[in-house]
Amino acid sequence: MARAAKASDSGKKLSNVSKDELLKYYREMVLIRRFEERAGQLYGMGLIGGFCHLYIGQEAVAVGMEAASKDGDQVITGYRDHGHMLAAGMDPKAVMAELTGRAGGSSKGKGGSMHMFDIATGFYGGHGIVGAQVSLGTGLAFSDYYRQNGNVSFTYFGDGAANQGQVYESFNMAQLWKLPVVYVIENNEYAMGTSLARASATVNLSQRGASFGIPGETVDGMDVFAVKDAAERAAEHARSGKGPYILEMKTYRYRGHSMSDPAKYRSKEEVEEVKTTRDPIEHIKTMLQQAGVAEDEIKAIDNDVKAIVLEAVEFAQTSPEPDPSELFTDIYTEA
Amino acid sequence: MTDILMPALSPTMEEGTLSKWLIKVGDEISAGQVIAEIETDKATMEVEAVDEGKVEAILVDAGTEGVKVNTPIARLEGGASASPAPAQTAPEAAAAPAAEPAAAATPAAPKVELRDPEFPEGTPMVKITVRDALRDAMAEEMRRDDAVFLMGEEVAQYQGAYKVSRGLLEEFGDRRVIDTPITEMGFAGIGSGAAMAGLKPIIEFMTFNFAMQAIDHIINSSAKTLYMSGGQIKSSIVFRGPNGAAARVAAQHSQDYSAWYANVPGLKVLAPYDAADAKGLLKAAIRDPNPVVFLEHEMMYGNEFEIPDVEDFVLPIGKAKIQRPGKDVTITAHSRMVGFALKAAEQLAAEGIDVEVINLRTLRPLDTDTIIASVKKTNRLVTVEEGWGPCGIGAEVAARVVAEAFDDLDAPPLRVHQEDVPMPYAANLEALVVPSVEKIVKAVKAVTYR
Repeated sequence: MARAAKASDSGKKLSNVSKDELLKYYREMVLIRRFEERAGQLYGMGLIGGFCHLYIGQEAVAVGMEAASKDGDQVITGYRDHGHMLAAGMDPKAVMAELTGRAGGSSKGKGGSMHMFDIATGFYGGHGIVGAQVSLGTGLAFSDYYRQNGNVSFTYFGDGAANQGQVYESFNMAQLWKLPVVYVIENNEYAMGTSLARASATVNLSQRGASFGIPGETVDGMDVFAVKDAAERAAEHARSGKGPYILEMKTYRYRGHSMSDPAKYRSKEEVEEVKTTRDPIEHIKTMLQQAGVAEDEIKAIDNDVKAIVLEAVEFAQTSPEPDPSELFTDIYTEA
Repeated sequence: MTDILMPALSPTMEEGTLSKWLIKVGDEISAGQVIAEIETDKATMEVEAVDEGKVEAILVDAGTEGVKVNTPIARLEGGASASPAPAQTAPEAAAAPAAEPAAAATPAAPKVELRDPEFPEGTPMVKITVRDALRDAMAEEMRRDDAVFLMGEEVAQYQGAYKVSRGLLEEFGDRRVIDTPITEMGFAGIGSGAAMAGLKPIIEFMTFNFAMQAIDHIINSSAKTLYMSGGQIKSSIVFRGPNGAAARVAAQHSQDYSAWYANVPGLKVLAPYDAADAKGLLKAAIRDPNPVVFLEHEMMYGNEFEIPDVEDFVLPIGKAKIQRPGKDVTITAHSRMVGFALKAAEQLAAEGIDVEVINLRTLRPLDTDTIIASVKKTNRLVTVEEGWGPCGIGAEVAARVVAEAFDDLDAPPLRVHQEDVPMPYAANLEALVVPSVEKIVKAVKAVTYR
């Protein structure tokens, strides 16, 4: 079985992976999954409105990438952003309360699912316009370059955004000026309902920077260690002044594009196949077992995460709605 | 015999310096040969011969400044044809820019007080072009704050497509004066991202017509981010460049975007008229912690005005200026149209109508108080703008006046604006489309029932 094979592949590298590290990634990925499941539930209950794009299935990407980041690095992504925020270390309560549009949300309830930010953890959104975050993330990298601070911008986008024009405008300038940016293309195979093959003349997204001379590689985005390895190479490349680097993460989203998407464009069998053979959390769980971690220890993490998520859910329902006076704040910064 | 004429080398050029001759009397020249170098307000250009023949006379010496377009500068003997003039000096090419800037060339009537009310009598004044005022504003702010940088097409080595950034690369180097590829959406996004990270970019658009490619970042990425982040992410960024109609560049290069940007909460929108506005408002814009859209006017770049010769000249954002006090009718205008309004006021004064001209300066937030106070005094309103009328700046001004000073009005407000069509190319049609002094005079007479 593919999963077992891959787990043992990674297992070969496990000699230099500590048990603590395994547990850490497991915990972070499970947190995202449980959080997203609850978000889906709250959406169904009418507590979350508008669009809500869940990250379930893609957890290894955000968690593995985060493992290669340093203090001061920046993260920016599109609207499927809950996973990145949790991986960056944002408070699950503030994220969930933003989803429910409450005063305790990270944007005081004024941003919602697609527009959240947290300067403290270097998370710059949360952007609703497909592809815009690529230019913006390149701008974050420009600020690092301008200040020569040694930081890197991790700029995420999907296979859909990879066809936007401004992506290539950004690639060009990033390589021209050798900006410290790692472009992470989360290829989950579908841009809303359109498969990669139906939308893209070339499907090897890691080579989308080739005409600018930007190196790229395709990575198993369902394997957190493969992601982390690649992330370290890419970050080192960017940090050392060599310019941008592209990582195409082969991943998969289990849920529809958004909560209102029945995902009729793919078969149930296809989704089941990924869930049973490539699931990133099952994968690391297998590694934990192979490393001899006791079932109790894993269970303890599961329970801990469950409590954190329930606390977030509770907070997101009890935090008050924003005061009407908030309507007219945060439009301008006082000079 | 064929005269070689001083060519117009840009849509707005009226005159230039004949800096160098590359031919002498007696030379045989051929079509396409470079014969002279001419310096315009934007660039030094080579002039190629259109006709061939032997140079009979050099009519204008090298080094002569202020040579008007279409002046004969050299003569060929026995030209092969009697073709009257090089293509670029065809009559309409020269006539249109000459007709248009005429109104702006003397924008302020002599009687009008240019001095800012904020500055006391006796403040020393210095003459400067709008172009240099903008450059000085950027240079001063860049000296003051290392986080300020200029990015755009041709801003560095080329010295600015309109020479606004002349000398900045030499002073600040290529870390802070950055040439970009032709990629408006990309560099507007990079600027917006850099602003999110706390830098203070000045993003120059060669013209605001091209900013349409980038408007998503101006609005979605910059204007809305403070709000969407619950006050966390500030965007101190200036988007600047020429806006509005130049001359004879037709529909895609002649549009006034004032109303577009002034519609958006989160943006501040400034539209300077003269050099003092240009300098004082641009400095204020760069310092402002919010995204600012700064709408310049190409036809004003070369115009000279007096500005206060003081250390750090900064104007307040959100304050209009009474450019000319009067008691009978209020005209609101911004950017180049202020000059038109002043000229109309001068004509009307001769007919006994005393017009107050308000230079709006800031379009968002609009200085409603100054407008309402003026209308309460004059009881009449004419709005002037270069853009289209529907949903325009004039519509907004009129709506506020009607809402807040309805009982003070003695006549329905009138709007003067571009006709409701894309900008035509033909000189005669273009003249019909844009606001003119005559149209303003007519509107003022209408609201005074004269």
